[in-house]
Amino acid sequence: MEGFAQQIVNGLSIGSIYAVFAIGCTLIFGVLNIINLAQGAFLMVGACAGLEAARLGFPLPVALLVAAVGGGILGALSEQFMFRPLRKAGGHRWMGLVASLALARLLVGVAQEIFGTEVQAYPPSSISTIIWQIGGVRIQALQVIIILAALLLMLLFAFILQRTSIGRAIRTVAFSEDVAQIVGVRVESATLVTFFIAGALAGAAGLLLGVLFNVVSPFMGDSALVKGLTVMILGGLGNIPGAVAGGFLLGLLEVFSIAYVSSAFRDAIGFGLIFLILLVKPTGLFSGFEERRA
Amino acid sequence: MRTTLATVVFAALGLSFGAAAHAKDVKVGIVQATSGGSAALYGIMQKNAAELAVSEINASGTLGDLKLVSIYQDDAGDRGQTVNIFQRLISQEKVKAIFGPTLTNSAFAADPLAQKAKVPVIASSNTAPGVTAMGDFIFRTCATEPMVFPGVLDYVIKKRAPKTSAQIYGIDDMLMKTAYDVHKKALEKAGIKIVATETFQKGDVDYSAQLTKIKATNPDIIVIGGLAEETANIVRQARQLGIPASTIMLGANAAISTKLHDLAGPAAEGFLVGSGWFIGYDSPRNKAFVDAYRAKYNAAPDTFAAQAYAAVYVFADALKRAGGADDPVKLRDAIASTKDLETSLGKISFDANREPVLSTKVLELKDGKFVLASGD
Repeated sequence: MEGFAQQIVNGLSIGSIYAVFAIGCTLIFGVLNIINLAQGAFLMVGACAGLEAARLGFPLPVALLVAAVGGGILGALSEQFMFRPLRKAGGHRWMGLVASLALARLLVGVAQEIFGTEVQAYPPSSISTIIWQIGGVRIQALQVIIILAALLLMLLFAFILQRTSIGRAIRTVAFSEDVAQIVGVRVESATLVTFFIAGALAGAAGLLLGVLFNVVSPFMGDSALVKGLTVMILGGLGNIPGAVAGGFLLGLLEVFSIAYVSSAFRDAIGFGLIFLILLVKPTGLFSGFEERRA
Repeated sequence: MRTTLATVVFAALGLSFGAAAHAKDVKVGIVQATSGGSAALYGIMQKNAAELAVSEINASGTLGDLKLVSIYQDDAGDRGQTVNIFQRLISQEKVKAIFGPTLTNSAFAADPLAQKAKVPVIASSNTAPGVTAMGDFIFRTCATEPMVFPGVLDYVIKKRAPKTSAQIYGIDDMLMKTAYDVHKKALEKAGIKIVATETFQKGDVDYSAQLTKIKATNPDIIVIGGLAEETANIVRQARQLGIPASTIMLGANAAISTKLHDLAGPAAEGFLVGSGWFIGYDSPRNKAFVDAYRAKYNAAPDTFAAQAYAAVYVFADALKRAGGADDPVKLRDAIASTKDLETSLGKISFDANREPVLSTKVLELKDGKFVLASGD
C-alpha cells in the first residue's frame, strides 16, 4: 500500500511535466494542423536559460519565467522565420515537419557548443532538501511545487485561451483560418502568439524537468519530445484537455508498468498502448472533447 | 653569472644537436576523440596524457638514441574515421604503435587493421570484453569491470556482511549490460541473494518507480550498472525516496567521475566503486604524473588520462628492451612480457590474454572526493 501511494506521487510528478509540455505540442496542432518537432529543443533551451538564471542567483519563480520567455521567443521566431515563410511559399505541411526537425538539430548543436555535452545540475537550494514523510510515503517539497507550478501554468493557459481576446482569436483560427479572416481576426498575430505560448510551455516544462531531476543537457529534449508526441496521441491530436489528462495518464502508466510488470517492459507497454488506442480509438482516448478542441 | 648562463645554454644546444644527430625517430600514433560529443570528454584527457608521456620520455633520454615522435589524430568518436586514421597511420606514416582509440566500437572496427599489419595497439579506455581477443598485438592498460568489481564486493562483505542485494542497470547500453552480468555473477558467487532487478534506458531521468520497488525489498546493498550521470541521479533519488544510508550503493567502473558528486551532492557520500587508479593514489610515480599533468594542462587528470600515460610508458619500456622498433614481433613480445613496471597506475604486467594485471583499488566517495576506502 505504501509502495502504491509512493508510485502515485512518482507518477503525478513526472506526469504533470509531461502535461505542461504536451499542451504546447497539441496546441500548435490544434491551431495550425502541423507538428512542431522543435518543441523538444525549446524545452532544452528553456532548461538551459533557466539554469543560467538560477546560477546568477535568481530564485526559482524568476528562473521559471526566464525559461518560459526563452522558449516562447524561440517558438515565435520559428513561426516568423520558418513556418510562416514555408506556408506562404505554399510548402507542403511535411516541409514544416522536416524544417522543424532541422531546427531542433541546429539548436542541439548550438547548445552543445555553448553548454558542452555534459549533464549539469541546478544549484542546490534549501527547498530541494525538504522532504515530508506521510505514513510510508515520501513527498519532496520540490515535487509539490512542481505539480502546483504545472497546474498554475495550465490554469493560466486556460484563462488566456478562454477569457482573453487573443485567446478567442486563437480559437477562431483553430476553428477555421478562413472564418477567422472573414470575421476580422488578425490571423498572423494569433499564430505568432500560439507559437509563443507553445514555446513558453515547453521552456517551462524544461525548467521543471531540470529542477526536479537535476538534469540539464543538450540532449534532454529528445526523449521529452517522444513523450510529448505520445501524450498528444493519447489525448487526441489538438485536444487540450486530452493533453492534460494524457500527460498524467502517461506518467502514471509508466510508473505502474514498472511497479507491477517490469522496468524492462516500460516502453513496450507505453507504446503498445498507443498502438491499441490508434486501432480502437484513432481520435484519442479523450475524443469526447473533440468539439472543444483548442 | 652571465658566463654560467651562456655555458648552460651552449651545453643545452650542444646536447640537443648531439641528440638530433644520432636520434632515430620512432613514430607512434595517438588516436583519440577530441571533438564530437561526450566521447571527447575521455579523448582529450587521454591525448593530453599520452603527449605528456612522450615529451617526458624524450626529455629523460632513457631511450638512448631513440626518439618518440607522436602523431595525433582526432577520430571524433566515429568508427569510420577511426578506420581511415588507422589505415593512414599504418601504411603512410609507418607508425610502430598506436595508442587508443577512445571508444570500444572504434576499437572493434579499427584494431584488426593494426593486428594484420603487426602494429601493436595499446588501448587505455576500451573496457568492454573481447577487445584484446581481437589479436596478439592488441593490449590495454585500463582496468575492466571483472577486474575491479570483485574487490569492491569483498570490501563490502568484510565491512557489512550483506545478505541481500538489488541491481539496477542500463538495459540498452552494451557496456552496462556487461557490467550487470559481472555484478550478478559476483553476487551469486558470494552467496548474496538478489531480491530485485530493475532496468532503465539511455535518456531516462526519473528512476523513482524502480527505486520505490527496490525500497520495498529492503536490500542491504544496491549495485548500479550506469554511467556517472545516470548513477548520480539514481543515488540521489534513492536517498530522496528514503532508502537509508545503511543500504550501501556500489557502482560500475564507468561511474568514476567528479560529475558523480557534482550531480548527486551529499547523497553520493559512501558510494563505492572499483578502479585501476585514483587521483590521490599515493606513489611517487603517480604524484609526479599528477603534478606534471596539472602544470602542463592546468586541470586534474582522470583515470583514463592515467591509463593513457601508463600505456606510453609501457611501450617505451618495451621499446628499450626490444632494442628498437625494427622488428614488430620482437617489439610485441617485449610489450607482452612487461613485468611489474612502475607506472602512474602502480605496478603493471600483462597476462596471457594481454589484459593488464594491476592492483585494483576500492574507492569511496567521501566529502565529495574519491578516496581509498578504509574499513572503519
